[in-house]
Amino acid sequence: MSKQVKAIVLTGYGTNCETEMAHACKLGGAEQVDIAHISELIHGEFSLDDYHFLNLPGGFLDGDDLGAGQAGAHRMKYAVVKQSGEKLQEQLIRFIDAGKLIMGVCNGFQLMVKMGLLPGFDNKHDDRQVSLTYNDSSRFEDRWTTLRVDEHSPCVFTKDLTDLYYPIRHGEGKFVAKDDKTLKRLQDDKLVVLRYTDPATGQPTMGYPANPNGSPDSIAGICDPTGRLFGLMPHPEAFLHRTNHPRWTREELPEEGQGVVLFRNGINFIRENLL
Amino acid sequence: MLARIQVGIKPVFTDSFGEKTRAKIRGDLKIPVDSIRTIKVFTVEADISPEQLEETAHGPYCDPVIQDYSLGPLSMDWGIDFDWMIEIGFRPGVTDNEGRTAAQALELLIGRKLGRHEAVYTSTQYLVSGKISLEEAETIARKGLANELIQRFTILPKDDFVKAGGLKPYAPKVMDKSKARMAEIDLHVADEELVRISKEGVLALTLEEMKIIRNYLDRPDITEQRKAQGLSEKVTDVELEALAQSWSEHCKHKIFSGDIDYEDAETGEKKKVSNLFDSCIRRPTSDIRAKLGENDWCLSVFKDNAGVIRFDDNWNIVFKVETHNSPSALDPYGGALTGIVGVNRDPFGTGMGAKLICNTNMFCFATPFYDKEIPARLLHPKRIFEGVREGVEHGGNKSGIPTVNGSLYFDDRYAGKPLVFCGTIGIMPKLVNGQPSEYKKALPGDIIVMTGGRIGKDGIHGATFSSEELNENSPATAVQIGDPITQKKMFDCLLKARDMGLYRCITDNGAGGLSSSVGEMGEDTNGFELHLDKAPLKYAGLQPWEIFLSEAQERMTLAIQPEKLDEFMALCEKMDTEATVLGTFTDSGKFHCLYNGKTVAYLDMAFVHEGLPPMQMVARWQQKVYEEPKLSQSPDLGKELKGLLGRLNICSKEYVVRQYDHEVQGAGVVKPLTGVANDGPSDAAVIRPVFDSFAGLVIAHGVCPRYSDIDTYHMAACAIDEAIRNALCVGATMSVMAGLDNFCWCDPILSDKTPDGDYKLAQLVRANEALAHYARFYGVPPISGKDSMKNDYQVGGTKISIPPTLLFSVIAKINDIRKAVTMDAKKAGDFVYVLGTTYDELGASEYADMHGALGNSVPKVREQDALPRYQALEKAMAEQLVASCHDCSDGGLGVALAETGFAGGFGLDIDLRQVPTTNIDRDDVLLFAESQSRFVVTISPDKTDAFEQIMADTGWARIGTVTEEQSFVAMGLGGDNVLSETMADLKKTWQETLNF
Repeated sequence: MSKQVKAIVLTGYGTNCETEMAHACKLGGAEQVDIAHISELIHGEFSLDDYHFLNLPGGFLDGDDLGAGQAGAHRMKYAVVKQSGEKLQEQLIRFIDAGKLIMGVCNGFQLMVKMGLLPGFDNKHDDRQVSLTYNDSSRFEDRWTTLRVDEHSPCVFTKDLTDLYYPIRHGEGKFVAKDDKTLKRLQDDKLVVLRYTDPATGQPTMGYPANPNGSPDSIAGICDPTGRLFGLMPHPEAFLHRTNHPRWTREELPEEGQGVVLFRNGINFIRENLL
Repeated sequence: MLARIQVGIKPVFTDSFGEKTRAKIRGDLKIPVDSIRTIKVFTVEADISPEQLEETAHGPYCDPVIQDYSLGPLSMDWGIDFDWMIEIGFRPGVTDNEGRTAAQALELLIGRKLGRHEAVYTSTQYLVSGKISLEEAETIARKGLANELIQRFTILPKDDFVKAGGLKPYAPKVMDKSKARMAEIDLHVADEELVRISKEGVLALTLEEMKIIRNYLDRPDITEQRKAQGLSEKVTDVELEALAQSWSEHCKHKIFSGDIDYEDAETGEKKKVSNLFDSCIRRPTSDIRAKLGENDWCLSVFKDNAGVIRFDDNWNIVFKVETHNSPSALDPYGGALTGIVGVNRDPFGTGMGAKLICNTNMFCFATPFYDKEIPARLLHPKRIFEGVREGVEHGGNKSGIPTVNGSLYFDDRYAGKPLVFCGTIGIMPKLVNGQPSEYKKALPGDIIVMTGGRIGKDGIHGATFSSEELNENSPATAVQIGDPITQKKMFDCLLKARDMGLYRCITDNGAGGLSSSVGEMGEDTNGFELHLDKAPLKYAGLQPWEIFLSEAQERMTLAIQPEKLDEFMALCEKMDTEATVLGTFTDSGKFHCLYNGKTVAYLDMAFVHEGLPPMQMVARWQQKVYEEPKLSQSPDLGKELKGLLGRLNICSKEYVVRQYDHEVQGAGVVKPLTGVANDGPSDAAVIRPVFDSFAGLVIAHGVCPRYSDIDTYHMAACAIDEAIRNALCVGATMSVMAGLDNFCWCDPILSDKTPDGDYKLAQLVRANEALAHYARFYGVPPISGKDSMKNDYQVGGTKISIPPTLLFSVIAKINDIRKAVTMDAKKAGDFVYVLGTTYDELGASEYADMHGALGNSVPKVREQDALPRYQALEKAMAEQLVASCHDCSDGGLGVALAETGFAGGFGLDIDLRQVPTTNIDRDDVLLFAESQSRFVVTISPDKTDAFEQIMADTGWARIGTVTEEQSFVAMGLGGDNVLSETMADLKKTWQETLNF
């Protein structure tokens, strides 16, 4: 493989944030960024083997019918690559085993937990331990949220970051663990990468709307124990330039939006460790 | 097998949907429900094994972390307590999107496609606890949970439910066994019989039109040609339905293209007005384009599904706004969902096809707090509000198109028909495969292909039904439910096909279905041959004319060059988009349909499209005179201001806005909510459609139906001025600003059922004259539009007509998005200015209405004064001198100032004596008059000199300062302090009204 970081952004069947996610990968420094439709992956026109960084963008896979990401996860499980006859899931596991990176945002995060890619305890990637369900308000909401990074988390995307400000745009973002033990293990292993905070105190909160969906322990995003698989409900790719910030006309802000840094961290990690 | 799979959130978790439903029923229906748990039911009818059924249940249909499933009654597995079981499912043939996804998941699992008689249907079970009677349970089902037009329900008390062991599986299949056959109708009958044929068939054809058809068929040359095709002198049902559709008001715009005898009873002036569309809409645009000369940035106007303008050297912008009123009255959710995904197909089907980048919407409803009796067949306005809101939410969000701009307007006359305006903007490369993207043309020999969804009985007679008032015979089939995901899949596929050069022409299937799309595209080649039996159907039992007319959604029609057909079909197969060859475009001059090889329609293209003479109409204008509002001698201005801020037409719409994704695609620059707490009301949207450029688009609109009661001329003028002002507020340039008009009127044809039709038509003429004048004067060319002319409700003796409504939308460029301005005050110490003069214009204002009268002094647009002000403001913004800018509209200066302050998190100290006025001696009139062409701006002290120099003598004044103290304080004309309110109170009042 040449010394180029290659990112692939998966789309199709209702995914809709692929363009800005691809743009974020470019701004983050990836030399090659391709948007691939699931059908093209299934037809063998793209292969995950050719990439280092898999992006699962937000959207409404299959309209969120059967539950967000649920039908999409089912498709990924059963999809077989034409010609080669390989299951797409095997390609994906090979991708993960090669130490490569996956980031799922919103519907992408929902897809990851429903496929069992996250939390990925004990290197198991088809074991469903957690889920994302309807917000306590039972409403879809578009709202900017303040977030705290767990600096002890192994997540490679949030290295050296502390506080973030991204919008959430979802109806099913409330994090649920199968049981208390699972939740505790996530907490103990520092896999809860992001928490919603109260902007007034900077502390994680259960109060609405700062915690927009009622997630326990204010969970907004988690990673697997390697820190290379990361899912989050807020949208970093929605904040790539200062004019995306809802108050850019009244605050002094750096030119680059705060969303780019997650992508840059991931891409730098690839450059340092995988090339 | 036929079986039920039930899935529900585990009892240990909160069922937030059940909880929300409980709160809604308690709030809206006042029925004391204690709790509700919900269960999703999948009724599977398929040839599968019990093992496969089980695997489906615990695989794709259930999330094991949060849900339980059961193949029996889940509630009994859980052993939970409840009093009533209410299950809501769809009626046969109604689009069931989740059922479709569930079927696809089953197909993946069993490794084959489902057959003709296999399907999955969804329904929802509500387990209701509470001391409620059977009657109350029925009310919950009817008024809270189901719309009986499209849904059915079952109610059982718990004991009966348990005794029966749950519900038996039932598949809501369409069981139409009738054989497809063409019928012939003899038009050689008495006049009353012709009228009856039209009325009973929902054809909306007049007697005169029926006779035109008869005369055409009687022409010897036509009779002979038809005989050669095996047809008689009778008209076929396919032909009659197609003509009714093509000639409907909805499709043909007969009122806008007809001849009008206009009389002004005030002046005695009489004149002939022919073709309002040509004279008042198309002509101003061509005049403006001529004036722009080489700089003309309009590329395609009034001829395609949407208007096209140039954005920059690489990109074109496409814009369309549609209405979907009648279906939204009957089924608000489905109607509005179809409205938004339907208008999506307009830009998508314009030129060679555009990628969709944002949606806009505007709804007109009766008050959600309506407490009068609801007339027959109408739904409560709150239900319409919620249904429409949710329909547009699902349509926009699931399509991945941000809803960047919108508004709500309330008037109880919209109880008869709500207005649901939905707009979509698209972007396409300047060139597609080396050809201008706005250009397309089918050639003879091109193959007719339909892509996307299948055809059912949905939406049959939509076009003709919208061309009549809502009455007791309005057909249920006129309602469709959109499917955003099938459409998104199709769009993903067709954008690739566009770039690969796999088609020559594309258009959407909207009103009139194939009859309209193929008929219109066939005008390129002058003919077509369409095989209706080849069309893919949702279920058996459709008649040929139904296939032709169905408005089933998510379909595009394309003309494919024969040599590209295989490649096109292979792409569709790969991208999981159904595509079917239906025939050929020809140059035969004939509108030719066949069914199983036999001709079922054979008409001249020219007759279908040009066979109708212009309609003859009368209009008579008489100025109405109303009582003036009785205002108190010494009003408490704080109380009055709060009263206004809480009014439906002024209050915060955050409840709705939050539930729309307004930033997907990452292009949002000025969002609908703004200010220090992200909750102030933006005047317009700014987006950045291309990531490698800082040029942006501004999207805004204006609408002021209440002014119509006094004079529609000024209503239209104010709507246009408001739209332009809103756009200017955020930094638009008037040098590239286009308009789009949507007229929604009540029936303006003088008849027994509309005895004041001549007045209503005069209202239409006046609104059009204003449109022509102001669009031309401001240099804002309309590029597209739509009219909907029969927005009345008539059942029995009750008639409700909407106030004449013009929605004027604008799309403009902003040269650098980094210079965009928002409406919130930015800093204490900034100076507050008002731009524009305030007149004694309380007529039809929110303030007058709050005081129970209309008045007569309707606001007028003084365009000569306004334009230099607008140009100066644009310049000041380009030089980044303006800290905030907010439009003065409903509620006047008082409301605009309050919003500027609380959105910014600051107070204001204002001296009303400084405000430029003419003939005003009352503080309340000064604060609440709705005079046009005014803005509130704030300017940083270091920029005031430069700002004032640019504004020169355009009519403005410095009226106060932004303060750290959180109060709105004003000194009145008499020199006393007349207003002192905390911003927190004002904001609270503004936010409370629609905080559902």
